[in-house]
Amino acid sequence: MDNTVHLRFEIVVIGGGPAGIAAAVAASQSGNSVALIDDNPRLGGQIWRGGASPSQPSVATHWFNQLENTKVRHIGGARVIHADGGFLEAETGREIFAIRHNKLILATGARELFLPFPGWTLPNVMGAGGLQALVKSGLPIKGKRVVVAGTGPLLLAVAAYLIDRGAKVVCICEQASSSSLAAFAFQVLMFPGKIVDAVSLLYKCRALKHLTNCWVVAAIGKNSLESVTISENGRTREIPCDYFAYGYHLVPNTELAQMLGCQLREGFVQTDEFQRTSQPGIYCAGEPTGIGGMELSVIEGSIAGHAAANSGDVAQKLFPARARYRKLAEAMKKAFRLRPELATLAKPDTLLCRCEDIPFERVRTCESWKAAKLHSRCGMGPCQGRICGAAAHFLFGWNIESTRPPVFPARCASLAAISSSVEVQPSHGGSQ
Amino acid sequence: MPESVTVFVNDRAVTVPVGATVAVAVMISEGVCRTSVSGEPRAPLCGMGTCFECRVEINEVSHLRSCQILCEPQMKIRVRG
Repeated sequence: MDNTVHLRFEIVVIGGGPAGIAAAVAASQSGNSVALIDDNPRLGGQIWRGGASPSQPSVATHWFNQLENTKVRHIGGARVIHADGGFLEAETGREIFAIRHNKLILATGARELFLPFPGWTLPNVMGAGGLQALVKSGLPIKGKRVVVAGTGPLLLAVAAYLIDRGAKVVCICEQASSSSLAAFAFQVLMFPGKIVDAVSLLYKCRALKHLTNCWVVAAIGKNSLESVTISENGRTREIPCDYFAYGYHLVPNTELAQMLGCQLREGFVQTDEFQRTSQPGIYCAGEPTGIGGMELSVIEGSIAGHAAANSGDVAQKLFPARARYRKLAEAMKKAFRLRPELATLAKPDTLLCRCEDIPFERVRTCESWKAAKLHSRCGMGPCQGRICGAAAHFLFGWNIESTRPPVFPARCASLAAISSSVEVQPSHGGSQ
Repeated sequence: MPESVTVFVNDRAVTVPVGATVAVAVMISEGVCRTSVSGEPRAPLCGMGTCFECRVEINEVSHLRSCQILCEPQMKIRVRG
């Protein structure tokens, strides 16, 4: 049975978060046929996860409405497994989309950085954004005791969200020092819009214990999480909890960009002022070009969309705003730099690779990421090193660049369709 | 339009709000999605489709990421305990 759908668009955007939505809206303004492909069943990325609804913030509603007023074709629940010179393939649960395009905008977002520590594989130990995503997807959290830990303003946002939904957030463990936090707070004062956000977050978290110089060293439980051990100013203690939500910054999703041959700089996709990558016709916007948050992602997405639609003059008007938000991103990076102690938490038997169950001790003596993969199978499981590779980069300083197709595990039928699609002449799908 | 949807996790009926992901139905009922290669119980870590810890079998198709798939009426979900 051939369930391959052949389509052609002028511009294809990959990723349906703030950058991707803004890019699709801008790209479609000149009458181009545009497709917006996203792995999630609903639009919004992680920050606006779940699509248009009354519970979304007003800025999200604004962009969902903007998109609604265009003819952009949204292909949801589809993960791109292959992309190559004007052709890409994405699979959903039921179909395979073989899509030709003239221009491509990558808005693939970021994932959380997970650092291994004893007990991190226990059920109910999750990413900070990960727990928030699950609660947004319907997980009941009312009355549950949650410890939130890691670094950065995301922790406050997650805690505030969980409190709003009835969780008992026991404490927030911030690895940075209080002086770093104060310096960052001063930078935020330069951003009037951000002050309102910050004050509202702090108000919601007012009753919370916000511990600095503090991180979790172990998670304890038999078949599921029962408590965590925290280190605060050099002293350790145990805190009972139902969920532990942690995140140590974001890791850009650059796998597709790498596969397409786009040049990277210090782990991020290199772009010029019009968000053009080193590959002709391929643009990149949002977190893959540098971690900067939702506002910066929207601006970069708009610039990429306008530029791809040959409206460089419109794109240019957004350059000053982008520069301002990049400055804030720089301040955040400095304030929440990860402390070296976080690289010493894993014990010899702590698993580093969760897909293949490879312990820390089998990997740490390897010379490189490639050697670790060959000798131990670390990073060779279904996540393709997305979790342990990012951790290994922090723990050992290894360069993690080894993307090869398919960029995600795929069905055999999807792989077969890649080669057969080359000979098929696609129909025009933009007006549907 | 109905506000909830019923699925079956290891043959047990679980009712979740419309729009809930399969991961949520599994977390409510079994609390575990899969058993790792060395026998550890595992549940979602990233919640956004990258870590593959939430893999389950849905309607006889195995290795699907439950955090990226919405519950549909009568879905048969199997978790290897």
